[in-house]
Amino acid sequence: MTELSLPGWVAVPAALLLIVAGLAAVIGAWGLVRMPDFFSRMHPPTMGTTLGCGGVLLTSMLIGAVLQRRLVVHELLIALFIVLSTPVAAMLLTRAATARIQARRKQ
Amino acid sequence: MTAMLDFAAAFAAWCFVLAMILALFRLMIGPAAQDRVLAFDTLYINGMLTLLMLGIRSGSTVYFDMALLIALFGFVGTIALARFLLRGEVIEP
Repeated sequence: MTELSLPGWVAVPAALLLIVAGLAAVIGAWGLVRMPDFFSRMHPPTMGTTLGCGGVLLTSMLIGAVLQRRLVVHELLIALFIVLSTPVAAMLLTRAATARIQARRKQ
Repeated sequence: MTAMLDFAAAFAAWCFVLAMILALFRLMIGPAAQDRVLAFDTLYINGMLTLLMLGIRSGSTVYFDMALLIALFGFVGTIALARFLLRGEVIEP
């Protein structure tokens, strides 16, 4: 482990963010398994996508900034990309599912 | 303090692995193709988070580039699969 020199005011928020992110990812995936149909299955994984990615990226920025003693912002690139790409993917997938279900009903 | 952060990092990494296993389960049993694509989406997001956890725990910046590439190509894969589902159903019903 490299964070042997981390002070307490960094370690406590980092640990809390990591635990919240892990719980959000597990609850999202569990909802993906348990929900009854596709359109209600769409929304639990977004919990892991937003809260999980946010917690892990914030922790990475915090620990990197404290360890290297400068501002670390390149995790914002992943955050920006996830924020931009997830709604587009969800919208395209929902439109494809709607078209498939309507075509099956029409038969 | 370091023991607490170590425990939190290990807990988060195991949580992401468990989420990947659950998404893999949905990927295998998914009744329709769109369920499998959604499970694949969850799978690559959680894999990216696992790589970021490895980066945090080891203090290396190599894992960040891999996570960025996984985010990029996973998005491209999901978009391509969704377009295939939409167009394949419209053209040949």
